[in-house]
Amino acid sequence: MKQRKLIVASALFAAGALALTACGGGSDSESGSDSSSSAAVTIYNVKPENPLIPSNTVEVGGGNVIENLFRGLVRYDPDTAAPINAMAESIESTDNKNWTIKLKAGQTFQDGTPVTADSFVKAWSWGAYGPNAQKANYFFAPIEGYDVMNPADPDGEDGPKKAPTPPTKELSGLKVVSPTEFTVKLTTPQSFFPVEVGYSAFYPLPESFYADTEAFGKKPIGNGPFQMISGDGDTGFTLQKWDGYKGEDKPKISKATFKTYTSDAAGYADLLAGNLDFMDQVPPSALVGNQYEKDLPGRTINKAVGIIQTASLPQYDDNFKNNPDIGKALSLAIDRPTITKAVFNGGRTPATGWVSPIVDGYKAGACGEFCTYDPAKAKEYLAKSKFKGPFSFSYNADGPGNKEVAEAICNSVKNALGVKCDAKSYVDFSTFLKDRSGHKMTSMFRTGWQMDYPSIQNFLEPLYATGASSNDGVYSNPEFDKLIKQANGEEGEAGLATYQKAEALLANDMAVIPLWYQAQQSGYSERLANVKVTPTSTLDLIDLTVK
Amino acid sequence: MARYVARRILQMLPVIIGTTFLIFLMVWALPGDPFAGRCGQRPCSDAYIQAETARLHLDQSLPVQYGYFLGNMLQGDFGTVSNGDTVLHQLGRAFPITLKLTTVAIGFEIVLGIGIGIIAALRRGRFFDRLTLLTSLVAISFPVFVIGFVLQYIFGVRLGLFRVTVQSGAPWQDLIMPGFVLASLSLAFVLRLTRASLLETLNADHVRTAVAKGLPRSLVIRRHIVRNSLIPVVTYIGADVGVLLGGAIVTEGIFNIQGVGGLLYHATKLRENATVVSVATVVVLIVLFVNLLIDLFYAVLDPRIRYE
Repeated sequence: MKQRKLIVASALFAAGALALTACGGGSDSESGSDSSSSAAVTIYNVKPENPLIPSNTVEVGGGNVIENLFRGLVRYDPDTAAPINAMAESIESTDNKNWTIKLKAGQTFQDGTPVTADSFVKAWSWGAYGPNAQKANYFFAPIEGYDVMNPADPDGEDGPKKAPTPPTKELSGLKVVSPTEFTVKLTTPQSFFPVEVGYSAFYPLPESFYADTEAFGKKPIGNGPFQMISGDGDTGFTLQKWDGYKGEDKPKISKATFKTYTSDAAGYADLLAGNLDFMDQVPPSALVGNQYEKDLPGRTINKAVGIIQTASLPQYDDNFKNNPDIGKALSLAIDRPTITKAVFNGGRTPATGWVSPIVDGYKAGACGEFCTYDPAKAKEYLAKSKFKGPFSFSYNADGPGNKEVAEAICNSVKNALGVKCDAKSYVDFSTFLKDRSGHKMTSMFRTGWQMDYPSIQNFLEPLYATGASSNDGVYSNPEFDKLIKQANGEEGEAGLATYQKAEALLANDMAVIPLWYQAQQSGYSERLANVKVTPTSTLDLIDLTVK
Repeated sequence: MARYVARRILQMLPVIIGTTFLIFLMVWALPGDPFAGRCGQRPCSDAYIQAETARLHLDQSLPVQYGYFLGNMLQGDFGTVSNGDTVLHQLGRAFPITLKLTTVAIGFEIVLGIGIGIIAALRRGRFFDRLTLLTSLVAISFPVFVIGFVLQYIFGVRLGLFRVTVQSGAPWQDLIMPGFVLASLSLAFVLRLTRASLLETLNADHVRTAVAKGLPRSLVIRRHIVRNSLIPVVTYIGADVGVLLGGAIVTEGIFNIQGVGGLLYHATKLRENATVVSVATVVVLIVLFVNLLIDLFYAVLDPRIRYE
């Protein structure tokens, strides 16, 4: 009697389980995107940290979406990273300081309103206005009138006095000449200005933005090839091709969904199962032994992107101040080829300079002999240096692979120089950045740079100019500053040559040691064809097709 | 009984205030610059830092900050997150999903854990018993993410029986595998606990009397043995609800569930105090409530227990 009950119970349970798996299996076969060619292309994304306003988006989660919703004055060619006129008809200057920008006629936003000079001028002023607290605010710094709109706090961050309200809400350097023309006056000459304005902070905004910025941040109205039809940061955004787009880069697909994932492991599992179409960077676990190439045969892209990793030495610390020998010794002691092979399995390329190979003006070997592995020479330089160690390498432990890198670097230094070297971990990026920006480092520390726009200037000036915003090591070389300023005013090849001269100076001082360039390992599903990765490390949605 | 319940509910209040203040204190004391990394690669502009400091009252002392937070909370304003969303909206989105996941997990624990535990106890020493003891030991010793990844790969990617990740909105059938993975550790414990408790009761005098009286075996099991053995098991499950609700962050990451765990993790990383404390408050509330229910349930299980 009892036995029969047990058999019945387990049979019922098994039947129930089977029924449920059938449900699970059923929904699996239809999956997140159905298999017809008009279905959306699903792209891996992370949750945006900010509202989707161009001047407030400085991270990947939001950036991936808005770069398809908007078109700025220029866009970057997905293959060469060269700037191509998008909304602009021409961007011209005779002195690299006063620019005349003419817009193409007849361009509109997705709500029907025209794209005019005001769309740009008002948007840039709004972004530059200090109290609006836009995160990409500093991109407008070169424009005249910026300082007035961002008065400094009179007694610093911690003081009770607040910075005064700026007297004006408009950048004095911007003037509208006609609905399709406006002029820009910069504070110093910048020959790379036509490249810089392609950055997302410079996108135009429709008039409807100013009426309700909060609603706009949830569902932006752009002027780009795609419009947002639904979604939110937590689950993802669905974009549809906008038929009213008049630019020449019209997409071939009709729908794209940027699906938000909480972890890259889940995204990779979905990619393998066919529920996700594109993942810009496969998780480190899939890189081991090039596993991702075996999992996705013929469906991977390993492309260099504009990212470089470096190790900085604190120039405010007595041990490292005015001590180029110590930087050279350490640089010669780091075995880049072995480390990139062992830790990254080829996902990184040993750096030979401070500039990424994908930008114009890149010249291999700026670092010279100092970026090769030579323990004997390293010891020579160490002997010359006034500080002989021990060393440490500070890093943030929440980045994948950071711990292995730090330990590998320290081991290399230990073996080559015979001195102690400790990998010093900070629990997360926020804690690390606090000490790094607060100039509390005592030895080597991890730094890196991802380019904002494809220009050699972007790899040099924001990092190594005196007082630059990302110059965490407080490196200062007046000669370098002079060359940079000169190069900013020069055109074409002459400008590039001057930038290269400035880069060469970095090798003499060796305050920042170049480590490696980064490549991105992307994977995609069987549905996609013509898959290209843009210079901003995203999926190019224009040439993409669905099989 | 009513007085007991009322007293318990009143006792919840100081517990909630105390725990939320402690959590507020801990997040506040976390080292690190709350604005680090918020503005891309460059430090945030003075204007942004000023605006955010004013909004979050970061320049005030801790008791004042907590006072602002409490005051706002009582008015229904739980704060705003950096991406413009309100904390309440985020909670409203994440909590139902985690509650669903927790329900599935608890369901597995109760049905499989207690069910198999009972059977194992009744067939002590036999093959079934040894088998369940072995598998439960395996479930206890494997970390949950190993179980999660392995099951996801085998049953999801390779065999295609289950969805690999959970769709937005978390429909019930998607949550079967994640719920099972989440429950696996507790299931093993519930199983063993039930089995041990049952074995103890099997030798009790009142059971021998019932059998001697001539009651059918199934009735003895159902009415006398199981009911008496369930008290420790039910206590454990009640405590487990709190653990599961706090955010099964690893499991949520593996299956892409937009639940409380991921919310808490990101909020802590970004030092979003409002989110962390709000989530903690709700979790504490639910845990206290569930434990109250469990305590009342004892009276049902064991009529000798009386509350006043």
